[in-house]
Amino acid sequence: MKNQTVLFRSPVPVAETATIAGPKEKEGPLHAYFHYTLEDDLLKQDSHEHAEIRLHVGVLKQLLNRAKLSPQEIDCAFAGDLLDEIIGSNFAMRELDIPFFGIYNACATFGESLILGSCMIEGGFAERVTCSVTSHFATAERQYRYPLELGCQRTPLSQWTVTGAGATLLDKNATSKIKITSGTIGKVVDYGIKDANDMGCVMAPAALSTLRTHLQDTGRTVDYYDKIFTGDLGYSGSLLLQKKASETGIILHNHEDCGNLIYNRIAQNVESGGSGACCCGLVFNGYIYDQLQKGRLKKVLLMPTGALLSKTSSLQGESIPAICHAVSVEVIE
Amino acid sequence: MILNKEEQKVYKKEIKDVAPKTKHISTLLRAFFTGGTICCIGQGVNQVLGILLPSLTEEDRGGYTTLLMIFFTGILTAFGVYDHIGNFGGAGSIIPITGFANSIVSQAMEHKREGIIFGICSNMFAIAGPVIVMGITASVVVGIVYLFL
Repeated sequence: MKNQTVLFRSPVPVAETATIAGPKEKEGPLHAYFHYTLEDDLLKQDSHEHAEIRLHVGVLKQLLNRAKLSPQEIDCAFAGDLLDEIIGSNFAMRELDIPFFGIYNACATFGESLILGSCMIEGGFAERVTCSVTSHFATAERQYRYPLELGCQRTPLSQWTVTGAGATLLDKNATSKIKITSGTIGKVVDYGIKDANDMGCVMAPAALSTLRTHLQDTGRTVDYYDKIFTGDLGYSGSLLLQKKASETGIILHNHEDCGNLIYNRIAQNVESGGSGACCCGLVFNGYIYDQLQKGRLKKVLLMPTGALLSKTSSLQGESIPAICHAVSVEVIE
Repeated sequence: MILNKEEQKVYKKEIKDVAPKTKHISTLLRAFFTGGTICCIGQGVNQVLGILLPSLTEEDRGGYTTLLMIFFTGILTAFGVYDHIGNFGGAGSIIPITGFANSIVSQAMEHKREGIIFGICSNMFAIAGPVIVMGITASVVVGIVYLFL
């Protein structure tokens, strides 16, 4: 480990991915890359929380099916979501016979799980690890904002929480050429923003801080990567990141944001773009993994960003801290 | 890492430069017409009541109209229509009594799964509650002032 970055001596292969996308994501530009899409976000359950649990069980079962493995063959699972006390993951795991770590870093949970999973494998403690996240628009709205049927307007800075589930299988012995080569563990950054509708601008400084540390620690430049994907900064957050980065001498010409990619921002009426733990989970496991497999992208830096607030903290007048982890995924022949 | 106050101010200015602006004129116009339409419907209901039940006094008719408007909003909220009206009209649909009804019904629907007492009953007024508290407080203050006048 160098400063904040873990450099894997033997890069960890990404063996398989699985995604389940919700109805709105199905209408979005990336629909062709998702493995399974839903017609109805309630999944015939009696509450949206139950639906999110079904999503998580579903995506892990799908992952195991695709990799032709049984739950007993998985050494451990890292999973997280946005619900209080991460019940989405905890309750999903009672149906699966896999040793389980529940993790939470808001929308950066997926990055955290990839780094932790890779460390487990690189350290020789595990051979097969799953990393999975879910998020659901209806449960996030209820927890952080207002009831679904309340007639109120969304501010132009607000973002739309992605409904879906994404899972990745890391396997030491897999033949996959797609490998995780390094991971930078982010630090919590607080720029004093209190507007809970303005997640992109809250998280942009965290993304910049992690990006700069990553480049410093690895001795790479931005040009080393074909694409740098941030998690869910949305439209204004991405602009802010690019602007702040250029002030420090980093020209982010190859930057994309998963929140911008997943929806057609104007036509789908999502204001500033997508957000949520599964925003980068869906884009990475669906779109980016596909592009890496086809060789269209060779070196990718994935930087899921998370705003670490709760409804109580924002009501008590606390500002919103943010975190960002970076994972470099490369095709190694 | 936490920024100091000065740096926070600079950062907030930077956000303002990149943030999309609210379209004030179109928002105001939509609110005006949505609110106006709701009030016109209310007036229409009031006049129809006057024709159907001529025995009602004007004050009673007002009460019945309010009840009916709340009833209609409850139905529209339950069928998932009112949130679209609210998204379009903004304050125009929040300020009339219909917005108040919507805030209660939507909360009740949201918390249905937690049971009647701890779900619906205890969460129903989570959004509308402050309005009721303000109303009661204001009426007490005005009452005391009135007493001494």
